[in-house]
Amino acid sequence: MNARSNGIVPAPIAELPWKLMLLLFCLAGFGAVVLYSAAGGSLLPWAAPHLLRFTVALGLAIGISRFSPDFWKKMTFPIYGAVLAMLILVELLGQIGGGSQRWLNLGVITLQPSELMKPTIVLTVALFFDRLPASKLHSFDAIWPPLVLMGFPSALVLLQPDLGTTITIVAGGVVVAFMAGLPMRLFVGAGAALAVLAPLAFFFGLQPYQQRRVTTFMDPSADPLGAGYHVNQSAIAIGSGGLWGKGFLDGTQSHLNYLPEGHTDFVFATMAEEWGLVGGIAILIGFALLFSWGFRVALRSNTRYGKLVAAGLTTTIFFYVSINLMMVMGLAPVVGIPLPFLSHGGSSMLTIMICIGLIMSIDRKPGRRGGAFSS
Amino acid sequence: MIRFRRGNKRSKPARTVSGAQQEFTFTRRALFVGGVQGALGLALAGRMAYISLAENERYKLLSESNRVNLTLLPPRRGWFIDRYGKPIADNRADFRVDIIPERVTDKQATVRELASLLDLSDEDVTRITKELDEKSGFQPVQVASGLDWERYAAVSVRLPDLPGVSPRQGFSRRYPAGAAVGHLIGYVGTANKEEYDKNKDPLLITPGFKIGKDGLESAFEDSLKGKPGAKRVEVTATGKIVQELTTRSDIPGKPVQLALDVDLHHYAARRLGRESGSVVVIDCQTGGILTLASMPSFDPNSFSDGIGVSEYAWLQQDDHVPLRNKALKGLYPPGSTVKPMHAMAFLQEGVKPTDAIICGGGRRIGNRFFNCWGNHGRTDMARGIYQSCDSYFYHFAQEVGFEKVAAFAHRLGMGAEFPLPVTSQFYGTVPSPSWKQEKYGEPWRTYDTVNASIGQGYYLANPLQLAVMCARLATGKNLMPHLIMDQEPPKPESLGFKDEHIAYVRSAMKDVVNGPGTAGRARLPLDNVLLAGKTGTAQVVSLSVGDGKNTRWKYRDHGLFICFAPYDNPRYACAAVIEHGGGSGAAYPVARDVLTYLYDKRKAMDSLLALEKQWGGDIQQRMASDLALFRARRDNPAPDGPTSDGDTASSQPAEQTT
Repeated sequence: MNARSNGIVPAPIAELPWKLMLLLFCLAGFGAVVLYSAAGGSLLPWAAPHLLRFTVALGLAIGISRFSPDFWKKMTFPIYGAVLAMLILVELLGQIGGGSQRWLNLGVITLQPSELMKPTIVLTVALFFDRLPASKLHSFDAIWPPLVLMGFPSALVLLQPDLGTTITIVAGGVVVAFMAGLPMRLFVGAGAALAVLAPLAFFFGLQPYQQRRVTTFMDPSADPLGAGYHVNQSAIAIGSGGLWGKGFLDGTQSHLNYLPEGHTDFVFATMAEEWGLVGGIAILIGFALLFSWGFRVALRSNTRYGKLVAAGLTTTIFFYVSINLMMVMGLAPVVGIPLPFLSHGGSSMLTIMICIGLIMSIDRKPGRRGGAFSS
Repeated sequence: MIRFRRGNKRSKPARTVSGAQQEFTFTRRALFVGGVQGALGLALAGRMAYISLAENERYKLLSESNRVNLTLLPPRRGWFIDRYGKPIADNRADFRVDIIPERVTDKQATVRELASLLDLSDEDVTRITKELDEKSGFQPVQVASGLDWERYAAVSVRLPDLPGVSPRQGFSRRYPAGAAVGHLIGYVGTANKEEYDKNKDPLLITPGFKIGKDGLESAFEDSLKGKPGAKRVEVTATGKIVQELTTRSDIPGKPVQLALDVDLHHYAARRLGRESGSVVVIDCQTGGILTLASMPSFDPNSFSDGIGVSEYAWLQQDDHVPLRNKALKGLYPPGSTVKPMHAMAFLQEGVKPTDAIICGGGRRIGNRFFNCWGNHGRTDMARGIYQSCDSYFYHFAQEVGFEKVAAFAHRLGMGAEFPLPVTSQFYGTVPSPSWKQEKYGEPWRTYDTVNASIGQGYYLANPLQLAVMCARLATGKNLMPHLIMDQEPPKPESLGFKDEHIAYVRSAMKDVVNGPGTAGRARLPLDNVLLAGKTGTAQVVSLSVGDGKNTRWKYRDHGLFICFAPYDNPRYACAAVIEHGGGSGAAYPVARDVLTYLYDKRKAMDSLLALEKQWGGDIQQRMASDLALFRARRDNPAPDGPTSDGDTASSQPAEQTT
């Protein structure tokens, strides 16, 4: 608001959330620095494209934020339908091509519809609860529609098969439902059921390579050259970094290729080896600031849709970060989820920035008080 | 502007009762979710701190052991040098290629690729494939050594596609005298699984490192081995070397100096020609072994490089047993070579040199008549020696008693196992009444004395014992044979013979060669040095199979000869044994030429080169052509069946002796 009164800078630019953008620049810039080192001290092939992608995606996020939450609210179901159609298309193409497929090649850009489904499901479930009369919150009508909404995309993604993304999609929807106020006993009950069903799913639902990831997670050293190799080498990279790290460009685990996927899923280990615990804490603080911004936007928002979307999308980003970090530190199985802003990769960057853009949109227009019923 | 509205417009409280409840629930639950996220974030920070601070040391170590690869540099093996410092075994710098079975991904493809890069023969490929299957883990399998730079480089540049292949610059063992020193020195080879399992010394599985496998190479392993160097290199996960960090050079093994005169030894081995035999030469002042030749032999150079299947088969099928060191492990009835020694025994027991008997083509001992190989008439001790009269020895051995003669033979080294650093020596037998009683539980008979008195019957000796016996007899000193060069000349004790007795026996042995004796052609072609010697013929089969000369090779008599020179001041003693030579006539020309070499190298070499022309080249050339012939025959067997090899006869006519 202070910036608005400054006549030198045009209003649309002054209005941008500069603090947030500075934070994002820091995170993505640090990511570029790490990728520069991972490439052996070279901007190519990772660091420069990473920055370019970030810039483009940030532009997209700002573009998204120029549309009001009301617009996105109107667009929610069409978007949901479109992404679901893309998932089906991918599955069909995979069937024809004779193998699993996750990507949709649009010529200029390859899209991963399952990635897009992560924010989409948050919007969709939020919209449902926004429309649901408060009186029906404790009825069965509040339960089955979200389950159906989550069920279709989850089943399609699970078919790919991509367990990590499936879990993220379901978790995104469930967290929105939780915050929307569904009875607590439902979640406690579902948690209990999950505890029973998880072992069954493990033995009957998972592919052998997925099972191996889970067993390896339980005991990585049992198979140090096989499936446990990633986790062991990652722990060695992080552990050998110590407090201050080995120094920029001095990581041996990454430069001598002991650390696999050092520029994508295990980029945090690459970073920790050279920047130590200090670098790791800096990244954690960066993400903490981002998430607290997301929740503050949610709490500030006056519309039910806005609240649920901001908190849900924040949680979606949180899933990326937490699952990736737990995986890298040996607290979760290797599921192949990148670290936002640091990992090299286009699809996840796009998803994250879509989330950011939508939250920014809600930040710009928190809505009138009681807007939940005034649209 | 937007935020202005917030809070100041509280509209329609009645409608929003449940809405307010919902908002309250949302806030509570959002804070809960945020709290859970915060807690998880703290847990992650804690986990990271634990890994990077508490376990930092451990992971640092793991990271270092990832990064740094310690390579042992095999130490250069200590040389074997002869008494004049000439190398018997040394090291040649070369390029080599090994395979580490553990690291190979596709054995077949790797061997195929190497075979085309290095031009390997089918036999090499077979050997490498077999060894790859047998050896386990990190034990290197030698692919090729002694490579030139081009072929070494050809492999080196393709390393990324050939995991497990290790080309390196190193040293390989070289034996300049080749097969001539095979039996004595032995050879080196990579450690086998049993040897590695003993103490798991990582040096044993370092490519290029070899241990002594036989002969002196094995006996002096500890001092020859040396200490390995080490190289620390930084490697990538795929094993590519990034940079060398530090290098500590090896400490070469200590050289071992032998009492051997390697030129003489080599000459003796060459002079044996196509015969199966051995020559031993002993320094009469010290007892040092100057020559311990045994032929045919194997080439330790090719053994050390990993011998081919066909070469080994060729060595094994040879009836001249090239895999046995005949100088130490060939046992032969010494025959008449024991006669001068027995004569000395008689002298010790009071027999006078002038005491004579009448040889009438034999002699009655007890109540039986025993034949002599000739009719020598009146025979005293000297005539008994130089004419090799059996009757004389029948008679006096019977008179003195063979127990005493046998005891004397033992004093001169017969039946003895000498303290030598060799894997094994066969020490034979000196028969005696007590020995027979103990061994067979039978009493000693007159014919036992008769047989033993002329070195037949149970009598067995190896060529080294014959040389030692000859040296002790010639000097009257208790010379101990030894292979290692003395630090200071030993002072052998006297055996207590009277000078006149020694002189008498020397003179009689001189007459064997230079007088009216049995080996006139053994005279040295020198003006000033007279050779003294004694011939011997050892029957292999009874006369019913043949006369020991004109029969199949393996039924022919062994030819033996012991000698020393100069006769009046012995400097060198020598024993030569030719298996199935058809009599001593095969042996003494060899001994003569070997001793000639000590005094006049040119003369000796001239006669050798003339002979080698007939034999088809020197040892190496003959072995190469024989091996080629063997391979050709094996691959294309002659239609009329295998031809007998049994008739490689000596070119010299055998000479009449007992």
